[in-house]
Amino acid sequence: MALALQTFATVKDANAALKAQGSRYLGGGTLVVRAANEGDVSVSGLIRSTEPSLSAIVVAGGKVRIGASVTMAAIGGHPELGMLAKAARAVGGPAIRNMATIGGNLFAPAPYGDFAVALLALDATVSTEESETPIETFLANRDGSRAIVTSVGFTLPPQGGFRFLKVSRVKPKGISVLSIAAVLQQAPDGTISSAWIALGCMADRPMRARAAEKALLGRKLTEDGVAAALAAAGEGTAPITDPIASAWYRAEVLPVHLGRLLLA
Amino acid sequence: MAKVPVQFTLNGSETAEFVDSGTTLLHTLRDKIGDTSPKGGCHQGTCGACSVIIDGELRLSCLTLAETCDGAVISTTSGLSENGILHPLQRAFLDTFATQCGFCTPGMIMAAKVLLDHTPNPSRDEVVEALSGNICRCTGYEPIIQAVLTAARSNSQNAA
Ligand SMILES: Cc1cc2nc3c(=O)[nH]c(=O)nc-3n(C[C@H](O)[C@H](O)[C@H](O)COP(=O)(O)OP(=O)(O)OC[C@H]3O[C@@H](n4cnc5c(N)ncnc54)[C@H](O)[C@@H]3O)c2cc1C
Ligand code: FES
Ligand code: FES
Repeated sequence: MALALQTFATVKDANAALKAQGSRYLGGGTLVVRAANEGDVSVSGLIRSTEPSLSAIVVAGGKVRIGASVTMAAIGGHPELGMLAKAARAVGGPAIRNMATIGGNLFAPAPYGDFAVALLALDATVSTEESETPIETFLANRDGSRAIVTSVGFTLPPQGGFRFLKVSRVKPKGISVLSIAAVLQQAPDGTISSAWIALGCMADRPMRARAAEKALLGRKLTEDGVAAALAAAGEGTAPITDPIASAWYRAEVLPVHLGRLLLA
Repeated sequence: MAKVPVQFTLNGSETAEFVDSGTTLLHTLRDKIGDTSPKGGCHQGTCGACSVIIDGELRLSCLTLAETCDGAVISTTSGLSENGILHPLQRAFLDTFATQCGFCTPGMIMAAKVLLDHTPNPSRDEVVEALSGNICRCTGYEPIIQAVLTAARSNSQNAA
């Protein structure tokens, strides 16, 4: 294995080095080193930056900014991010979570990317040195993205406003059959005034369940109230097939699990 | 390719080695330094046999590049016994028959050690969670869970 690692103190210098052919950014390495171990020769050089801001979590005035090198374990254990702990702890086992970064999760292909599903429901913004991009646009264009992601920002939903569910077959921890995140706002009478629902494994990357979101508006979280949303949940999806589950199976069980999440 | 110097503390001893850039910590420990307690099961992050403790955190040495460990404090299972006396976790694994072929054992013990370092009296669920990234193909897990709970009990008795 000929994999040269270069470490830079600043993101700026690391970004410049990333322009070289065959170079790839190294986050926690759980995907990129794994690929190299498996014989992927498309990567010949790894680049990383140790700039401290990449490892910072800032929570102020209801807004959150998480540096790209922050690990799932750090998010899962952060006292002010308790709402997201379930999603962070859904990623891998303890050792993986000590290594897996939020930056890397944005690039993880399905069945991975459970935390990116949560970020999509939170309508996060993905920052690089030069730009700030809504996560949905970022995910759509990620294959061509070369710039280092520096941080991810979002507004914390009100207490109880964020829901997350990961379905896996291996207990207590396994790869996703699917994952679902939802940020719901309810009017005082209990009807849904705003709904963002994100799905994992229902395409090659996290996607919004727009038809289900629309069908929830003005409805209550009762069996009758969510029925139209569940019927629409699969609209626009193209689930993956892998050793965990077939596309058919994923499509069949999606409404069941979305129903459990909404009625919980 | 030029070699890269790497220095870290391994089981209490200062260790220095020249490695090829991009070499994994697992390869460095086993084939350069000669500490064969971390095992290479899958090299994919899936089995946990290569687990080591780096700066107090459980990590997979097969997915960690040695260069990123410069200055780190690393513990492996081979550093656990003192003066020929087994660590309580090692003792408990033997006593409860939690090891058969033994391939997963050093990784299991590292995962259990991090748990007990932070949570001296874990619940059964906490033990299961702590071992959830480690695969054993022999024991069926139950004796391993019992071993960790037994070690926790013997630690707290010794402390009392
Ligand atoms: C055994 C095992 C179990 C796993 N289980 C899960 C799971 O349950 N759920 C899940 O979501 N994932 C899982 N994963 C996948 C993976 O660990 C996570 O998705 C993780 O968050 C990836 O982050 P990383 O920092 O390790 O990425 P890396 O491997 O470092 O990088 C992955 C890709 O992202 C790019 N990248 C990383 N950081 C940046 C950045 N800041 N800017 C630009 N590009 C960047 C890299 O160049 C590379 O192409 C698992 C992996 C393994 C090995
Ligand atoms: S060898 Fe590292 S997890 Fe299997
Ligand atoms: S004892 Fe053989 S793999 Fe666990």
